[in-house]
Amino acid sequence: MSQQASFWNNLDQVFVLLQHRIAGYFPVWLQPVVETILAVVGIVAAFPGIFALTTVLERKGLGRMQNRLGPNRVGPLGILQPVADGIKSLTKEDIVPLSADAAVHFLAPVVLVIAVFMGFAVLPIGRNMVLANLDAGLLFFFAIGASTELSIFMAGWSSRNKYSLLGAMRAVAQMISYEVPLLLSSVVAVMITGSLSTVKIVEAQSGFTGIFPHWYVFTPWGFAGFVLFVIAALAETNRSPFDLPEGESELVAGYFTEYSGFKFALFFLGEYLGMFSIAGFAITLFLGGWGAPLSVLEFVPSWAWFFLKLLAAIAFFIWLRGTLPRLRQDQLMNFAWKFMLPMTLLNLVVAGAWRFLGDGWPRWVICSVVLLAAYVLLGRVLMRNQNLGARSYRYAD
Amino acid sequence: MLGEGMLKGLAETAKNFAGSFVSKERMTTVQYPEERIAPIENTRDFPFLVYDGSDAMAGLRCVACQICEKECPPKCIYIVKSTDKKPDFVGKMQIYPTRFDIDISVCMSCQICVEVCPFEAIKMDTEFELSTTDRFGGLLYDREQLSKSNEHYHKIHPTEAAEVDARLAEEKAKAEAKAKAAAEAAAAKAAAAAAAALPKEAPAKEPGA
Repeated sequence: MSQQASFWNNLDQVFVLLQHRIAGYFPVWLQPVVETILAVVGIVAAFPGIFALTTVLERKGLGRMQNRLGPNRVGPLGILQPVADGIKSLTKEDIVPLSADAAVHFLAPVVLVIAVFMGFAVLPIGRNMVLANLDAGLLFFFAIGASTELSIFMAGWSSRNKYSLLGAMRAVAQMISYEVPLLLSSVVAVMITGSLSTVKIVEAQSGFTGIFPHWYVFTPWGFAGFVLFVIAALAETNRSPFDLPEGESELVAGYFTEYSGFKFALFFLGEYLGMFSIAGFAITLFLGGWGAPLSVLEFVPSWAWFFLKLLAAIAFFIWLRGTLPRLRQDQLMNFAWKFMLPMTLLNLVVAGAWRFLGDGWPRWVICSVVLLAAYVLLGRVLMRNQNLGARSYRYAD
Repeated sequence: MLGEGMLKGLAETAKNFAGSFVSKERMTTVQYPEERIAPIENTRDFPFLVYDGSDAMAGLRCVACQICEKECPPKCIYIVKSTDKKPDFVGKMQIYPTRFDIDISVCMSCQICVEVCPFEAIKMDTEFELSTTDRFGGLLYDREQLSKSNEHYHKIHPTEAAEVDARLAEEKAKAEAKAKAAAEAAAAKAAAAAAAALPKEAPAKEPGA
């Protein structure tokens, strides 16, 4: 019995043990460096691997939602499509516009990918599996995440193309507007945990009541925070329905219009990795991180749970992309400032109330009712002058 | 309520996603090189030359009138007239094209050549798998490559081809009737002339006699 338990325990810690084993071959003073490099290599290998898988699964999933098959020619069931895409983007001509600012044009995708990769440093992807357990890990993530805006504006500005610039302006306006609700919606988890450390936030959610876990998403403020965080995350990563900065039908490709070849691939990679890291933080903050969803399933390795949750989050993002049309710029801004911001602020108050109302059912009722009432009320106010329904055109009839 | 439409939309796409695995009828596309959908009757892409009978070059309906060459908006037709003549479908002697080239990389499939042709000699084809490794020569079609039989025309555009055949048959009948009438008239005239000439001839012979 205990042998079996130790097998599962070893499997849970297999990457950590491997890291220590390899580092053991080096002199003691070098070991911390080697361990860090190994962890970095793991992250740099794993997440782009998921990116490659996601590109083909996304295209197949979107195809299925439109009653098509999706890519199925390269390899069995089209699973080698990312390889073909990679070879294509590597062999394509790298075009830099004559009037572009060559240095900034070159730096933009590099800065994006570096900033996005740094976000993974504080992401706990398993028990004892975090590259840097910072006390202010969450703060670090948001600070690094905000610098992707810089790279996007660098790309749009340096290209000297009106579509690029328009896309970049849209991106900056959108990302700064949604940065506010993104931060505020994650603050509730910090308030309840009492720590900015991502590891502590996950540990605070690792308990069980009966067989059900103590994830924050199962509380009224946690659920509201989770939904708001996911919406803001979609906007932050320029995913549909908030893909205005790269709206193909309006802006060619937005801020990376003038990019081709591998630089384009880097933008693509950066965008998806940004989506993974922000989905990873949604999981960390509200979905219990690497914790098992039921106490009876705790024997499954923690990293497996993290990646399963990540894949589920990606599937949900793809599902949303296959369903929702793109917003208009004014709708986007209205939604950020008139709905998201009041809801996140209210959610902070609700989380505070939850903390001080003590245990028992009254806090469940009070918090749920307040949030639900605010949701319905804000929804009504937002919809009041929307004239949803069939459009009429003043001069066309 | 806010978000209601979103949920409905999500349900719809989920239904599509699951349904596409179980029901073949849902699929809007076919796996092209293996499966094909027959083109609809009014499909058109590039022009071809119609010929009657079995010999393509002898049966070509084109009389090298060059109307299509002049009307072609992108100027992708090139015709050289013959110096000799050959009989057309009614048997009338006509010149014919010694060269008839269409550069289908220039052709824009507008069908104007077909509209203006008074001889029903040029029609639109439905063949679309025309890719070639030779970018310039491979897409420049000459007379031999362009000529296709009337049977082919019947196969790709049955209704239109039947109308064309009826019209040509009518024309031919009319021409034959006219020829017959002309022949009769000529014969009658000849007979009348002969009859009129006979008495005249007798005195004419006299001085010679």
